[in-house]
Amino acid sequence: MPVTIRIPTYLASFAGGRNLLAIEGSPGTVSEALAMLWKDYPGLKDRIVDEQGAVRQHINIFVGDEAIRFADGLSTKIPADTEVLIVPAVSGG
Amino acid sequence: MPKVKHVSAKDGDVIVLVGTMKGAFVLRSNESRKKWDVGGPYSIGAPVYAMAFDQRRGRRRLWWAQQSFQWGTVLCSSDDYGKTVTEPTTYSVKFPVESQLTLKNIWQIMPGRNDDPDTLYCGVEPAALFESHDAGETWSPVEGLLNHPHRPQWQPGGGGLCLHTIVPDAVNPKRMMIAISTAGAYRTDDGGATWQPRNNGVRAEFMPDKYPEFGQCVHKVVQHRDTPERLFLQNHWGLYRSDDGGNSWNDIANGVPSDFGFCMAAHPHDPETVYIVPIESDQYRCTPEGKLRVYRTRNAGKSWEPLTRGLPQKNAMETVLRDALATDTCDPAGVYFGTRSGKVYGSGDGGNSWRLVAEGLPAVVCVKAAWVGDDGIASPRKHRGTETKKVKSKSGKSRSGARKKVSAKTKTASRARAAR
Repeated sequence: MPVTIRIPTYLASFAGGRNLLAIEGSPGTVSEALAMLWKDYPGLKDRIVDEQGAVRQHINIFVGDEAIRFADGLSTKIPADTEVLIVPAVSGG
Repeated sequence: MPKVKHVSAKDGDVIVLVGTMKGAFVLRSNESRKKWDVGGPYSIGAPVYAMAFDQRRGRRRLWWAQQSFQWGTVLCSSDDYGKTVTEPTTYSVKFPVESQLTLKNIWQIMPGRNDDPDTLYCGVEPAALFESHDAGETWSPVEGLLNHPHRPQWQPGGGGLCLHTIVPDAVNPKRMMIAISTAGAYRTDDGGATWQPRNNGVRAEFMPDKYPEFGQCVHKVVQHRDTPERLFLQNHWGLYRSDDGGNSWNDIANGVPSDFGFCMAAHPHDPETVYIVPIESDQYRCTPEGKLRVYRTRNAGKSWEPLTRGLPQKNAMETVLRDALATDTCDPAGVYFGTRSGKVYGSGDGGNSWRLVAEGLPAVVCVKAAWVGDDGIASPRKHRGTETKKVKSKSGKSRSGARKKVSAKTKTASRARAAR
């Protein structure tokens, strides 16, 4: 099943201007989906994860309504027909 | 979002780069340095702790570090003063996986020596030095510092564990001084393979041992290119001078209202002239007595004089941070600084008088200045005529237009300028 990933406007400029990205293949986990995302859109990787591969502190990733931070992290499974949402957390000053 | 304005600069103009907590600005004036155009903001909303202008090999390239709470820190550049901005697809400054470190911020961008025109350096947080040898396309960490045995003992200061100062030696291509808060000053004499602490005589007020080998909170180190063995240092409490390349340091806080401060800048032509902005204390961190005063020494720290003409002397509770004071290379020299309250002041006469260049900006964290077209090889005097400044004669009367004596030593050292 293809997975759709929704990204914020800032990141869209590194994904051909699109906010909604379809990932072909059948990624079972967030980690697998992101690996496929980096292949298609390499500009997204450094902006979403750090050098150690961890999701940046002020970015939240949801699978459906569930924040992966409170689930299994990057190992969180993606059920069929569920959208993955990447959003900047509330932060700044 | 604010409307972004752009400046156009031509050779002979002066530009001042201003990094703020909400973006980067580019200020432009002609050589009179009286009226200023303000360009920006670029990287709107992003803290910009580091900016640089690389004009070697005929470039006119702006660099700045765009930090984001969400998306990390990336080096951006522009070859047309911000009209077109390059934000690379993949980040060029990042730690190797095996280091187990992650980049938090870039605190300094420093073009290398003029005889190495494609080399640039970055000082980052957590403390590390990165280098590029292809004009900023690709970067790698300097392993000798990355793997330094002292690293586990370095402690972050209030701003984080940051490498904020990079001083490529004016003469010796293998030598460089860097400063880390809070680790102190380190020097390499072998091109970065090994680094030795160079803090002998520098006080660490906050440590049980007040004079440790390392662990000082050095805020800024400057060197004049004509006197490479002489360095000046603004410490977290303490003003120092070294006459032996940093091997030892001597107190030069002679007549300043406070020896606490962040910033320091060297005069572009006079090796004995240095500027600082004293701050009352590390608890208060504002200008003493509500007076905004730049202090200048013209005798390598034997004495300091307050520079106040044009600066507010009442209710000025200002803070000027470690990278927010800079000089251009014109003659007479321009001096510029920015405050946390978003003001930028400038002097076109070596600090004798000041004017408000910009206000209402976000908190200023970085100021850099450049004379457009100065590749560092040609002498400014060749283009600008005599450096004029008011100096006191032996009779005590002020006089203008005094031509500085240039010693044989300085002339010799000037030849090294081309290499810087």
